[in-house]
Amino acid sequence: MINKKVLNAQEALTGIKDNMTLMLGGFGLCGIPENSIAQLVKLGVKNLTCISNNAGVDDFGLGLLLKDKQIGKMISSYVGENNEFERQMLSGELIVDLIPQGSLAERCRAAQAGIPAFYTPAGYGTEIGEGKESREFDGKMHLMETAFNADFSMVKAWKGDEAGNLIFKGTARNFNPNMCGSAKITIAEVEELYPAGELDPNEIHISGIFIQRIFQGNNYEKRIEQRTITKR
Amino acid sequence: MLDKIGIAKRIAKEVKDRYYVNLGIGIPTLVANYINKDIDVEFQSENGLLGMGPFPYDEEVDADIINAGKQTITTLPGASFFDSASSFSMIRGKHVDLTILGAMEVSENGDIANWKIPGKMVKGMGGAMDLVASAENIIVAMMHTNKAGESKLLKKCSLPLTGLSCVKKIVTNLAVLEITSAGFQLIERAPGVSIETIKKATEGKLIITGDIPEMKIN
Repeated sequence: MINKKVLNAQEALTGIKDNMTLMLGGFGLCGIPENSIAQLVKLGVKNLTCISNNAGVDDFGLGLLLKDKQIGKMISSYVGENNEFERQMLSGELIVDLIPQGSLAERCRAAQAGIPAFYTPAGYGTEIGEGKESREFDGKMHLMETAFNADFSMVKAWKGDEAGNLIFKGTARNFNPNMCGSAKITIAEVEELYPAGELDPNEIHISGIFIQRIFQGNNYEKRIEQRTITKR
Repeated sequence: MLDKIGIAKRIAKEVKDRYYVNLGIGIPTLVANYINKDIDVEFQSENGLLGMGPFPYDEEVDADIINAGKQTITTLPGASFFDSASSFSMIRGKHVDLTILGAMEVSENGDIANWKIPGKMVKGMGGAMDLVASAENIIVAMMHTNKAGESKLLKKCSLPLTGLSCVKKIVTNLAVLEITSAGFQLIERAPGVSIETIKKATEGKLIITGDIPEMKIN
């Protein structure tokens, strides 16, 4: 067994510096690497490029990094549940690259799979396609999109083992598996960390080969953005 | 004239047995409430869930189970979770049968604009561009005119596009229309709405052939 276990977020995030490109899993606040984000705030690294579907809310998720002006560029598909984000975007302090959600996911997956580029019909004929190579397949136009090239990837899973194998829960899975092995170093934080051999190999969603460092997270808040309920 | 619930009820009639359906935010979300109980339909939420159920009871709320609108949700028997790339494989690969979404503008050739208003804070397209670029069957749910009373069914969209020639059908508060090579083909009128009213509210080319029936909604 190749052991990927590190002690905590501090050890896991060793080597993260200013100006780096990071991938962060999550959809809204669901499945975000809460412990890694808290550690990024502690490190105070600046001018980060963050690849993440969303940008958090004012006081949680990536909003915490925005508050401290640690992000120079966001690459996302949907933003704006966040006043500070809006302010920084409108003032030009923050560069925002909005891309279709499926292309975002596939650009992560392509990086994981060693595929430098792919064609997708999403965004053809819109301003997203401006300046991009396009090509016709089966009578339909497609845009060429390229794999991301990130320094660190930070993902969150439900269960993991010391070999780096991961199991996700519910829709907290989202972008997390696609970001594993998609950067030079992938850091996984898990709610429950087990010794190798405890998790059933049949139930592993992501193999440990894609993970370089894994740690047991703690104090998960799991904030809910829209608490919608059915009344009895 | 229909209200939002009326539009949702009319669109619900377009959902057929054994369809996998992706619902956008807003009126489309309401469609789920009015599907014929005798047919089998599964709802796909692009954040990674197929087989989405209603909102949970208070004690069932799980922060790890949400829909694409970030609302807490439940799963139904037969449901599955998956990652975002797989989710868009379902969409891009045309495994999802029907996409229902809102729009700011639709043009007579089926172009759709629903993600950006120049000069206003842009929140992003989310999954809309992937959905409209690949879905075989796209129904738009929207009001026929905007708040200023201007038509949203245009010769040409004025706002930045989300996708080209992709919309198949539109259900508004005034009418049901299909996009054809000739323009907006009027299919049905909303209850109590005259053809004159629809003509006045439609800037793009409106095709009217024969008698136009009134919608039937329960």
